[in-house]
Amino acid sequence: MTTDSTPMIDIDPRDMHHLAQAQMNVELDTGDMILNMGPQHPATHGTLRLVVRLDGERVLAADPIIGYMHRGYEKLTEYRTYPQITTLINRIDWLSSFANEVPFIHGAEKLMDIEAPDRAQYIRTILTELSRIATFILFLGEMPLQVGAITPAFYGFRDREHVLNLIESATGGRFHPNFNRIGGLKDDLPWGWTGECRRVLDICAKSCDDFERLIVGNEIFQARTRGVGIITPEAGLAYGVSGSNIRASGVDWDLRRDGPDYLSYKDIDFKVWTHPDGDSFSRYWVRLQETRESIKMVRQLLDKLPSGPVMAKVPRIIKVPEGEIWVETENPLGQMGYYIYSKGSTGPFRTKIRSASFSNVSICPWLLQGIYVPDVVTVLASLYFILGDIDR
Amino acid sequence: MMNLLFASNGIDIGWGTTTAIKTAVVLGTIPAGALILGYVFLLKMMSHMQSRLGPMDPGGFHGWFQLVGDGMKFLQKEDIMPEDADKRVFAMAPIVVLISTFLVYVVIPVGPSLYVRDLNVGVFYALAVSSLSVIGVLMAGWASSSKFALLGALRAAAQLIAYELPLLLAVVGVVMQARTASLQGIVEAQHEGAIFGWDSIGLPFIFTQFIGFGLFMIAAQAELTQPPFDMPVAESELVSGYMVEYTGFRFLFFFMGEFGTAFAFSAIAATLFLGGWTLPGLDMDAEYMKIVGPIVLFTKIMLIAFLMFWARFTYPRFREDQLQKLAWKYLIPLSVINILVTAAFIVWI
Repeated sequence: MTTDSTPMIDIDPRDMHHLAQAQMNVELDTGDMILNMGPQHPATHGTLRLVVRLDGERVLAADPIIGYMHRGYEKLTEYRTYPQITTLINRIDWLSSFANEVPFIHGAEKLMDIEAPDRAQYIRTILTELSRIATFILFLGEMPLQVGAITPAFYGFRDREHVLNLIESATGGRFHPNFNRIGGLKDDLPWGWTGECRRVLDICAKSCDDFERLIVGNEIFQARTRGVGIITPEAGLAYGVSGSNIRASGVDWDLRRDGPDYLSYKDIDFKVWTHPDGDSFSRYWVRLQETRESIKMVRQLLDKLPSGPVMAKVPRIIKVPEGEIWVETENPLGQMGYYIYSKGSTGPFRTKIRSASFSNVSICPWLLQGIYVPDVVTVLASLYFILGDIDR
Repeated sequence: MMNLLFASNGIDIGWGTTTAIKTAVVLGTIPAGALILGYVFLLKMMSHMQSRLGPMDPGGFHGWFQLVGDGMKFLQKEDIMPEDADKRVFAMAPIVVLISTFLVYVVIPVGPSLYVRDLNVGVFYALAVSSLSVIGVLMAGWASSSKFALLGALRAAAQLIAYELPLLLAVVGVVMQARTASLQGIVEAQHEGAIFGWDSIGLPFIFTQFIGFGLFMIAAQAELTQPPFDMPVAESELVSGYMVEYTGFRFLFFFMGEFGTAFAFSAIAATLFLGGWTLPGLDMDAEYMKIVGPIVLFTKIMLIAFLMFWARFTYPRFREDQLQKLAWKYLIPLSVINILVTAAFIVWI
């Protein structure tokens, strides 16, 4: 703008007051600052990038930018056979990888009209719940870390290790078991595994109690999380938020109970925990209760574990007949679904993966408005996403 | 202090030599104090609290080599300076922080005649120079040309303004009771005081000024930017705040400044509230106190530092606005009430 010729404006002296006030507002406006949180930022669990527009410490707008870890799994499935794909989808949500395998295998089995034996279903359920416990125990320690307490994070890692060892002893893989086969499981459980499992469950139950005493009752933790990042049930459902996040908003919806019959959830009784508040604290609380519920569920399953084979009769070369199917399950992070479209060959023609974190994070721009910078981290931690689950 | 130490033996060394020795001793105390706190609390206590296994390994016995290894690592690191940084200010900032720590040690008495200077405004001098460090922090944040660093530095400044006040007001009660602001005088007052005429343990001011002690510890924790008041460095939000661009030796300076100041504040708290270098039953003027005094003070420092670091490893972090609210709405009114109550007791009892 040139300033050579200042335009003459006729101003009524009575308006001067308003002008002065307008000038005042301009002077007090400190201007916005764009802050790039990520892709390398400790609170973004990997490579989520958050472009935050700040006025002082207040967030005016926040845009998550995803895709730094996109690995093209949907496309890759088109070039692989069904047994190969389980290796791939293990890596979507790497903290609870066994739970990722289940819906895909389940869908393929449904298309082929194969039913896995009872014992295999039970072991699948046990391992799914164990991976849920492992994921949530890490969350229970990790969210306080983002809020500023260092110690619980180490407790989380320490106690999760017991569960991971258990999964490893059964499947051979600590993080990526790749244990599911179409029609059952690769192996039966090793000798003495159930006893060890019960011992580990006791450790996890104690760990939950520790977290409840150490974190939930802490005044600072409550001050930091209560009323921060409130997801209303309507907004949550509109954005497709699922899993513990939507249950923390008071929506009583759990695919293990309400969804199509899968695994052996029908044989055990469990409670679906909800919390009416919808804030970060309630998300923490709901996950804590769900961990306890999962521990109870695994105990029931261990008591009822039937004997028998772990593998149904399947052809040597797996060809899935023509057809399409949508399977969804309740994963630790939320609703996970696979849409499999088969043309009768050894691999799917097209697969669509619905991952929970993608939808959970899509609420961020709406959720992060008008809060402070520290709360951004709290909210992100409480939503609990895995980058691999967002970008696939 | 050394001339006084030797003076009793009839040896007189000149002013220059004395000053040189004093400077050397204080300069040696900062890294020594920082190392001790770093080793005992950061490595040992924290590792036990958090069931960490790493720091138990290096060097064989209980991981004694860990801290030496850490120090060596810092010395080997490349000295990186951001391209847009204000080079001179960037380089000076860690030194400013360290100097403020250095200046605090000047007034802390560790024995009957063992101090650098016994100022008659000792307490206030110590608290004033300790807050100089915020200038270094602001310099670091501004010169780094990083938004995270700038946010951290501004948070540090706001925090310091808020907590300087309760820190000072918490001390006023002690000064009123001791009727002197000299740290040595406060130690004497505690040693010679009496609880309602019963004088066998003197009068450590923690008994009468327990509110002041609590306020002092909270405010000191905020001054040191330790959790639950570590917003200026907030790892999970600001990626270490004003220190984010610092590497190698310059980062080590910040580290030493942090732990050196923690040591100094523990020393001040021990002096003000726990009786400093004296113990009940020991003769204050005796010759052996020149040896025993520092040991007694060191023990008390470790006791106070234990409390500080215990809180550090236990609590989550406050939010910036909650911190300000805590300071202005609760701590400052409480400290003013504490002063009024103390004054009432002194006048009427």
